[in-house]
Parts: sequence; C-alpha cells; structure tokens
Amino acid sequence: MTTARATVLGRVRDALALAPTQDTTIPRDYRTGRTLPDDERLALFTDRLVDYKAKVHTCTAARTAEVIAQVLDGLGARRIGVPAGLDEQWLGAYDGDVQQDSADIPAPRLDALDGVVTASAVGCAETGTIFLDGSPDQGRRALSLVPDLHVCVVDLSAVEVGVPEAVARLVPERPTTLISGPSATSDIELERVEGVHGPRTLVVVIRVDA
Amino acid sequence: MSSTFLGMPATPPRSPYGTGNLRGDRKFPAAAHDELRNEQLRRNLGKATHTIRAKRLNVTGELPDWEQLRDAGSAIKTDTMNRLPELLEQLEQQVTERGGTVHWARDGVEANEIVTRLVRATGSTEVIKVKSMATQEIGLNEHLESAGITPYETDLAELIVQLAHDKPSHILVPAIHRNRDEIRQIFLKEIPGVDPRLDNVPAHLAAAARAYLREKFMTTKVAVSGANFGIAETGTLSVVESEGNGRMCLTLPDTLITVMGIEKVLPRYQDLEVFLQLLPRSSTGERMNPYTSMWTGVTPGDGPQDFHLVLLDNGRTAALADRIGREALNCIRCSACLNVCPVYERAGGHAYGSTYPGPIGAVLTPQLAGMHAAKDDPNSSLPYASSLCGACFDACPVKIDIPSLLVELRHQHTEESGTTAEKLAMKAAAGVMKRPKLFTAAQKAAELGRVLGGRDGKISHLPPPFNGWSDSRDTAAPPKQSFRSWLASDEGAATMRAAADEYDRNQQEEEK
Ligand code: SF4
Repeated sequence: MTTARATVLGRVRDALALAPTQDTTIPRDYRTGRTLPDDERLALFTDRLVDYKAKVHTCTAARTAEVIAQVLDGLGARRIGVPAGLDEQWLGAYDGDVQQDSADIPAPRLDALDGVVTASAVGCAETGTIFLDGSPDQGRRALSLVPDLHVCVVDLSAVEVGVPEAVARLVPERPTTLISGPSATSDIELERVEGVHGPRTLVVVIRVDA
Repeated sequence: MSSTFLGMPATPPRSPYGTGNLRGDRKFPAAAHDELRNEQLRRNLGKATHTIRAKRLNVTGELPDWEQLRDAGSAIKTDTMNRLPELLEQLEQQVTERGGTVHWARDGVEANEIVTRLVRATGSTEVIKVKSMATQEIGLNEHLESAGITPYETDLAELIVQLAHDKPSHILVPAIHRNRDEIRQIFLKEIPGVDPRLDNVPAHLAAAARAYLREKFMTTKVAVSGANFGIAETGTLSVVESEGNGRMCLTLPDTLITVMGIEKVLPRYQDLEVFLQLLPRSSTGERMNPYTSMWTGVTPGDGPQDFHLVLLDNGRTAALADRIGREALNCIRCSACLNVCPVYERAGGHAYGSTYPGPIGAVLTPQLAGMHAAKDDPNSSLPYASSLCGACFDACPVKIDIPSLLVELRHQHTEESGTTAEKLAMKAAAGVMKRPKLFTAAQKAAELGRVLGGRDGKISHLPPPFNGWSDSRDTAAPPKQSFRSWLASDEGAATMRAAADEYDRNQQEEEK
C-alpha cells in the first residue's frame, strides 16, 4: 500500500513536472545590518514600546535591583516568580515573596503569582519587540505567560535596530517568544482591548550600560 | 504502484467534493444578494475594513524598503514552491530529529482522522484550539465533535463564532459581522456561569472570555494549532497572534498537534526576517503583533513533551500543478486583500461559502476544491466575484497577481462549461492581461470615469454568471468597479477584439 507520505510527495513532484518552474533568485536588497548610536536606539525602542502600551523604565545596571523593587512595589505585587538562572541580586531590594520556578511546578500554580521578573535575549527597536529564548535567566515559556504582570529586563547592548538584525541573533532551536506590548484584541468592533490571556501589564526595564 | 514510477506525471486531485468547508451551498450572486440586505453587516464590515486599511498604510509607509521586502517575500515563496519536495522532506527530518512526529494527510478527511486518533491516544475528551484556517478548511471541529471530543476555540473572535454556531466571515477578525450587543447576548446565553450583569463594553466582554478560557487553558491536556510558517532548515514552527491564547495553547498542554498546509514551509530561518515584517504590517497594521511563538520539536522541561505535525495536501498539489494558479499558494493569509476589496466590503465573507473569503478566497477555493461544471458547483461563481480593479494586487505583501489569476480561472471555467460568449471575452481579456501597457490603458480609461457602469452610473448588467449579483443590487457602482463595464462598452470591446486577434496571431506564430 502506498503511504500518504509517498502519495503527497509524489503529487508534489507530478505537479512540478506538469507545470515546470523557472529558477528564481531572491533579491535581498531590503535593509539589513543596520546600526544606530546607543541614544538613538534607546529613543526608538522606547517610543515603540510606549506606543504599544508597555511601561518603560531606564536605568544603569547598578540600579537594577532598586528599579525592580520600585516597579513591583508600585504595582502592589507581593508574590513574584523568577526563573532559576536569574541574577539573585536583581531581587535584592524587593521585600516581597520570591519563588524560584522549576519545571515540575504545574502551570496552574503560576496563576497564584502576582508577577514574574525575567531577563531577555534580544530586542528590536524599530518594532518595540522583546525576544525571550528560554535561557536560564528567562525560564520556561509558561513562567512569563501565566502571571498577570511581566517585568522584563533588557540590556541596551542586545537591542538591535530592525527585524533582520534581531533575527540574526536568535538561536533557532530554542523555544522563542516575541513580545510586543501586552496582549491585545481588536475582535469586538475593532476596538482595541489591552490584555486578554497573556500578562495584562508589561514593564520593560532597559539597562543603558549593559 | 503510482504512475510516477513510469515517468508519467498524473494531475493531482482536488479536495474531495462534499468534504470540509471549501464550498458554500449556493453560488456567490445568490449568497451575496442576501448578505447585501444585512445593513448591520455592511456597517460593521465597512468600519472594519477602512480602519485596518488606514493602519496598514501607516505602518507600511514607515518602511522605506517595503517594496524590496515584498519582492523578497514573493521570490522566497516562489522558490519554496519550486523546491517543495526537498523542503518538505527536510522539514520532516528536522522536526523528527528534534523529538516531534510528522504525519502526512492526502486530504482533509485523512487529516481529521489522524488528529482524532492522536487525541484519543491521550485519553482526553477535550482540546483547546488556536485559530487555524487549515483546521477550519477541513472541518476538524465538526469531526472531533462527532467522535465525542469537544474542541474549544480560544481566539476571542473564533470563540464568538463557535458559541454562536456561526461561521467566520474574515480571515483576521472572523466575528467582524457581529456587534457588541450581539456578542453580549451570545455570551449571556452560551458561557456557563457568566455574570448575568455583563454589559456590552468590549473590555468587559473580553474579560468574560478570559475568565471562561483561563480554566480551559489550565486543565486541558491537548492543543491543536495551525502554523504561519514551518522552517525546513531547522524544523521551527511559528504562530503569529495577539491575545496570548496561542502562547497558552502552545505552552501549557502535554500534547500539541499542529496542522499545516504543505505550502506554509519556508526554506531558511533567515527568511523570517522578511515575513515577520510583511505579515504583521499587512495584517493588523501593527509594526509587530503582540505575540509570536516559535518552537522546534520538543524542548525538555518547557512546553508540550509530545508534538505532532500534520502536513496537509487537500488540493494544494492540484493548485501547484497549474502554472498560473499556483501563485495563490504563496498567500500568507494576512487579509489585506479582503480589506481593500469593494466586492468583499459589500458582500461580506459568508457569501464566498468557503473558509477563505475575499479576493484570495476567490482564487484559492476553486483551485483547492475545483469548479465542477457538471455539478453546477457554487465555486464556479467565485472567479466572477471581482471587478478586477487590482486593489488586491497592490495590497498583497507577496505580490500575488490576483486579477490575472481570476481571469485565468474564468477562462478555465468557460472552457469547462462551454459558454461561448464568455469564452470570447476571456480570450480577449487574456490578451490584454499579457500586455501590461494595454492593461494599464484599459484601467486608466476606466478610472477616468469615462465609461462608468450603465447610463445612470449604476452597474446594471454584467455577463453571466455574475449577472445575478449585479441585477439584484441597486447600489451605485463603486468607481473602481468600472473595468468590467469598460470591457462591455463599444470602446472596450474594440480594444479587446484587437488584443484577442493580436494574441491569437502571436500564439500561432509561437506554435510555428
Ligand atoms: S493574497 Fe496576499 S493580500 Fe490576500 S491574504 Fe494572501 S497574502 Fe494577504
């Protein structure tokens, strides 16, 4: 008996034989490899993040813990989840409850957290996008998804100008999540509603000297 | 043994007649006739399409290299189709090496059976679903229900459509035909335990959906998704979304089953740099959609540990076998062509009778499912559901020449059904289409308004089978709908005749 695999692949080959193709060269003369000075990249990234309703703080690396504590206190977050590989000092100034995540904690339990603090892999200024790739300081995908608040630390040195520059820094095999503002829907009469299933609040802390 | 072994290629079959959701129960003119009477629908649609259109123009205008991105996107897709066999095999190999299981489905019936079998093997009687056109196309939900498995749509619009026992009417915003009051009524009636004081504020309606679905996300063990892209080089799959329901479905369950049309494969990971710019800007008119998930096989300790990819044909190879028609397979389902189409705006998505509405639906549906002349197939009316104004071509991020595809399909339909008058007109149109200069002149003439519609500026008569539609409506012809009318005028007829003659002469010379 012919398998579905053999049949489908056979059909594809037949189709191409019936209607022969022409060789195509792919023009890649869109913009790639762009760079911008730090201050311009920061300005662009911030503008785009704010436009899509993320809250943005900038600070030096030395003030990371202080700013994170301020943000969490300001939002009344008392129980925070962190990935196992997050720099412990980042929560050093926070006096709430910090729970380290591990793969054996069932996802529904994450629902009890007020928020989560993670690092990030890459940023894209032109679109205001943050890329998470599951590295130890970012944790598994469920951790930054289930709690209603996500505080995400981005180093300015990891913020690229555009999409091609950012994609070039990704590791394909890693589970990767692109985040551009909090979740949103326009499904009801096209009126934008911020916050459906993902975290309803996204706070981005940009470290300008890291 | 298949005939391929003898070196004789066989024409691949279309999606089997009478299966899935690729065919309405009546022709476009009749269906559009009823939809045209629905004032609410037309108001909602008009508002939606114009809003998204403005947003799209804003964000595409922001990029000085937008045209270069379109060229790249178009070429990557064409290259993909040219190399489809090797790319599919590469994708399969990569997904398998990374711990996933790949299944192949000749048609929707087979895909439905595979998914049902996989769900049954988990012991679960429920699945959560991320908006997926492929599973809508094959009627997966209906099939799962008949097998005692309850599918929960988790995209807000899909949820509205599902709770209302309705059909989607737009690729991006499937419930766009419903207003807030209707949605409130649907939720009050269909969501168990919903607060009876729920009002019609969109934020409150969204919150009600969040509360209802939260529990499903946390407890359901199996998810079914579609895929926007599948990267052959790395085995990476991708879902582009806004609400976070996609992330929930792709992350929390133990088992993930992804149904992907074979045309969704892309050669290289790097190609994402093009499509992650083209898709969100063309679709929602955003610089980037809120969430995009990319996963490769199974990642220990993160997300579903059991991953299945179902590769679906269901008529795609039949489209691929058509030198002109295959371009429709390049579609990335952004819905930009719907939002600029004057016919879609008036008729709405349901009139097309298929999962794929609008201009792309008018070319894709007949190719996937066929236009069966002998059966008086509703799909045979779809290539006529257009004024050939060309707005869809201009909007398309991968530059699919939808007007030319429509003309080609009209040609095929008239060849098949033997309508001589139409045959002639189509021959002439084919001649014009092959001459960009002449085509531009024709369009210009039409745009100048010299030859608008009938005497009163209304479209009063169009050739069959589109006449049913034009005869049944009494709204003024939108200015851009005039190419067709120009075609029917003396001037148009003369130009077309000349073009047809010239075309025939050229053909004869080529044959010599
Ligand atoms: S045909 Fe082009 S414009 Fe229409 S949905 Fe497909 S990609 Fe978008």
